[in-house]
Amino acid sequence: MSVQSSVEVHTEWGIVSARQAGRNLAKEIGFGSVDQARVTTAISELARNIYLYAEKGEIIIETIEQYHSSGAKKGIKITAKDRGPGIKNIREVMEDGFTTSGGLGAGLPGVKRLMDDFDIDSVVGEGTVITAVKWLR
Amino acid sequence: MADSYSLMQEQYRKILVTYLKEKNEQGLYYAQQFSKKVLENQISPEEVVSLHIEAIEELFPYMPEGAVDSFEFLLEVMMGYGLAYREHQSLRDKQRELENEINVAASMQQTFLPKEIPFVQDLDVGVLSVPASKMSGDYYHFVKDENGCVGLAIADIIGKGVPAALCMSMIKYAMDSYPEQRLQPGALLENLNRVVEQNVAANMFITMMYGSYDPRVHHFYYSGAGHEPGFYYNYAEDSFDELSAKGVVLGIRRDSSFLEYHKKVEPGDFIVLLSDGVTECRTDDGFIEREEITNLIRQYKHLPAQQLVENVFYQLEKLQGFQLRDDFTLIIIRREV
Repeated sequence: MSVQSSVEVHTEWGIVSARQAGRNLAKEIGFGSVDQARVTTAISELARNIYLYAEKGEIIIETIEQYHSSGAKKGIKITAKDRGPGIKNIREVMEDGFTTSGGLGAGLPGVKRLMDDFDIDSVVGEGTVITAVKWLR
Repeated sequence: MADSYSLMQEQYRKILVTYLKEKNEQGLYYAQQFSKKVLENQISPEEVVSLHIEAIEELFPYMPEGAVDSFEFLLEVMMGYGLAYREHQSLRDKQRELENEINVAASMQQTFLPKEIPFVQDLDVGVLSVPASKMSGDYYHFVKDENGCVGLAIADIIGKGVPAALCMSMIKYAMDSYPEQRLQPGALLENLNRVVEQNVAANMFITMMYGSYDPRVHHFYYSGAGHEPGFYYNYAEDSFDELSAKGVVLGIRRDSSFLEYHKKVEPGDFIVLLSDGVTECRTDDGFIEREEITNLIRQYKHLPAQQLVENVFYQLEKLQGFQLRDDFTLIIIRREV
């Protein structure tokens, strides 16, 4: 069973709604306040990227579970999808210090560091899909 | 990580309680020590706020609601610092990696230079080459053939650091592959010029002074490619002359030719070759005059050549406040009396 919510992002209000949805779910899963803030910040960065560069897209937030021999691991998964211009050079945007918005340490490398798993797919002219997961310790 | 966090948590609560009880400088000193430990353990700013929240909630279970919430607010504000902090850490690791790579490259570059100056009958030779940073754009070369004749070169690759060093490796191998021209400075520079013109980026140039010395008859032949003029010290007259050679910088024109000059070296005379890092030594009052260099050389000319160049370098280094702005190479070849 997975709780899932999807938030449309095409205004700054959408960014706030996505943050809210992420924080609620993170709290529900049992993340502490620091990790809640991290998940929310990651969502915020991803949503801002959609808002700034793709104009329109969505943020999907869900709980996920992974089963091990020692038991199950719970986590929160964020998916950011847009049909924007896509990213020409992914390696470049994943590099520290490369930023078009002038943020210190923010951007995609920042998101990657805030979360445990990170994956990005982008096709120029078609759009970008980014997924990021934080596991409950 | 989780371990160190819970350890920190306990320590923080302890020093905070002590401080709140005593409210003295000692407590604040503990706080300063703690902040060092926090950095050592790579705990990011938002986690420090969280340490504080947890400690406060435990110490004051009946805190007004607004106060608790305000800490949550602060935590959110600190997230940006957290991001910047993590980026800083990763950039620092990357810098260390780069530095290691450059260290390896720099020690490799050292192998391009002669390991030792060969002994030549009747000649006293001193050489000093010091890069401004790790990689050098200065190059020198010193070979002795089976007849005891010496081929020597000093070159300055225009540009510094890694690109200059890469270019230097090419120069070295090109020079090694012309053994038959070792004693014909003009012809050697012509060949080198062709190599540089064809293989080096259009914005990279090399200046060089090449000379050959025949110690059997004490004749010195030399040619230059736009290189900083050296000096010739005349022992009998106790005077310095410019040692300049006309010629275009290597790599500019394909068909450059280079004039060959000649000096008959008398006992006590010496030849000074240098890179522009020597003459463009900058002090607070601007560039030093070439005359200041000859004055320095004169001051130490009673010393063996190696000590002479080392003393001149020390004085020039001192003039610049021990900060080299350009690669420095100084060579002195003296015919012994």
